[in-house]
Amino acid sequence: MDDLITALGAEFVQLSLTPIVIGILAAVACALPGNFLLLRRQALIGDAISHVVLPGIVGAFLVTGAIDAFPMMIGAGCAAIVAVILIEIIKRLGRVEPGAAMGLVFTTLFAVGVLFLEITDTSSVHIDVQHALLGNLESLIWFDADGWQSLLDPAALATLPPQLPRLALVLLGIVLFIALFWKELKISTFDAAFADAIGIHTRLLGFALVVATAIAAVAAFDAVGSIIVIAMFVCPPAAARLMTNQLSRQISWSVAFAVISAILGYVFAGYGPGWFGSPYAVSAAGMIATISGLILLLTCMFGPQRKRIGQGAEA
Amino acid sequence: MSFLDYFIDALFLQAGYNSALVAIGAGLLGLAGGGAGAFIFLRKRALVSDAISHATLPGVGIAFILMVAFGGDGRWLPGLIIGSAVSSAIGLLLVEWITRQTRLTEDAAIGAVLSVFFGLGIVLLTIIQTMSSGRQAGLESFLLGSTAGMLISEATTIACAGALAAGFVFILRRPMTLVAFDPEYAATTGINVRYVDLAMMGLALIVTVIGLKIVGLILIVALLIIPSVTARFWTNQVGLMIGIAAVIGGLSGYVGAALSAAAASLPTGPIIVLVAFGFFVISALFSPLRGGLASAMRHWRFQRRVHRRQGLLALARREPIYDGLTLRILRHSGMIRRDGVATLRGRIASQKAARDEARWAMARRILSDDSAVERYDGLTPIEDMMTPDQIDEIDRVILDQNGAPA
Repeated sequence: MDDLITALGAEFVQLSLTPIVIGILAAVACALPGNFLLLRRQALIGDAISHVVLPGIVGAFLVTGAIDAFPMMIGAGCAAIVAVILIEIIKRLGRVEPGAAMGLVFTTLFAVGVLFLEITDTSSVHIDVQHALLGNLESLIWFDADGWQSLLDPAALATLPPQLPRLALVLLGIVLFIALFWKELKISTFDAAFADAIGIHTRLLGFALVVATAIAAVAAFDAVGSIIVIAMFVCPPAAARLMTNQLSRQISWSVAFAVISAILGYVFAGYGPGWFGSPYAVSAAGMIATISGLILLLTCMFGPQRKRIGQGAEA
Repeated sequence: MSFLDYFIDALFLQAGYNSALVAIGAGLLGLAGGGAGAFIFLRKRALVSDAISHATLPGVGIAFILMVAFGGDGRWLPGLIIGSAVSSAIGLLLVEWITRQTRLTEDAAIGAVLSVFFGLGIVLLTIIQTMSSGRQAGLESFLLGSTAGMLISEATTIACAGALAAGFVFILRRPMTLVAFDPEYAATTGINVRYVDLAMMGLALIVTVIGLKIVGLILIVALLIIPSVTARFWTNQVGLMIGIAAVIGGLSGYVGAALSAAAASLPTGPIIVLVAFGFFVISALFSPLRGGLASAMRHWRFQRRVHRRQGLLALARREPIYDGLTLRILRHSGMIRRDGVATLRGRIASQKAARDEARWAMARRILSDDSAVERYDGLTPIEDMMTPDQIDEIDRVILDQNGAPA
């Protein structure tokens, strides 16, 4: 019990509280649009977009010459839109399947991003391929906090890592988007033809969903890196899909899974090695992805709705 | 020596034994990747290879840890390759298992396996960094590939495995083609579709694991996808397409490795990918079969024919022409004068067009089930589609109805 109290004491607030909150916000912000992507069989759009974020951020850095969150978000958003348009062009022109067009576009753009990073002098600033791929959740600590009371101290609150309010804002935007267009999203996801017939702009809505995905990817990218974002897009919604047949319940499940992955992942990464006598922590972002994968594995084996309709229990 | 000199040296294998081996190895790798990728592309499962390639990372980590634990050198390439092959095989089987056993679709399974295995791999890499022998492990180079400081033994391993994979593609090409195009038919001829699918992905797996060192696991999937998409622009024949994909993949690997040998600070993987993309762009623009330029030309020629034909018909009916493009086309071909009055040539051509149109109209009425009528597009002269006998017949009917020749 004493352990727990010290574990949740001042040091916890300073070192672990903000990464955990940021992890939760990132996971939920990605899981929410991920639900719709999954049902629309566009799960890999998240994959493509999260790769494309890198050239967008590098491009924004090359244009502005500074590491600043806002231009980078815009750069990454532009890159995502360019990628979606390129995929569409290649699909039409080459008449190839969407997967191949996607693979072609995101590997190429990713390669451009890596090359730009390597040939331009970014050594003076905190941007490198490793960071872009893996994120650095652990470094997002709250220096000025000296205990739980800091949560009420405006001066300390002002020194929160900027990723936290940014992600909170993005999450709020995504929640609003889904709440406002709930009916339209639901209908167009399950029956696009019907949605068209009753006057919903399905293409515009689909594009808006991609933009929301891109924004979530960019905001979360900073914290957890570009590859692990994919886990947040796919795993919690996929696991939730195996739990229920109702969209609203699926979304609740996915949020719950996302939160559990973020908390357990961070705790295991930060404190887990200590239980085995190792003084070093392991990658929190990687651990969060691993936990979300384990949850998915469990639901694949035991989820009440894991089978297709008509597929027997032992099929 | 300038960059260009060095690049040309590397291109002709004159830049040292080591970079020559790397270039040959990358070329063979590209060859195998292009060939194997073509089947996966035709089977419409291109992104499964993305899951395979990301799933190699935990294997690399575990192999390193095991080799160090048994007192060996953790960076021994064949060991790392075996480890990555095992873990990506597990990833591949998991994608299959999730798709078969649950209601989740393949794309969700791909995304889940790809990201979770990668995350697990990153966890293992951070563990390795804390190991005393792991600090200089340089396993990060597997993410994006690096040929700088590559050992000759490693280059030989890659070159041999690349040749092996290319050989496998050659041996398995027939069943894989059949399965890619018509899995149901393949099943009725006694081919086990699931095994062939697994073999196809197994080839992608071989290409991936031997490509780890050169291209890196994030971008290796490009070597499987881009050459086949590019080859698709040049041919509609499967055998030819696989050959072209293999050649494009081989060239991309070879030229990319030579380029990066000339600029050692640049990571090899992205350069190879961008060279492949260069081939794609050239093909997408200039291929005579489906390229953008050829399509634009075809569209332009079609547009010209439509405007010319409609313009001539309007002349024949003595209707005024307002459309600018039509006027320009007619003027350029000498059908009308600058003031819009038809020339002698124009009058002859317009009468011919009107007669053709009348014959077509009649043909559609009396020969409505003729295959030539079904292909009527309002542009082709009837002489090109029907025999003189048929046209005489049509003319006779027109004469009967109008009392005068059209």
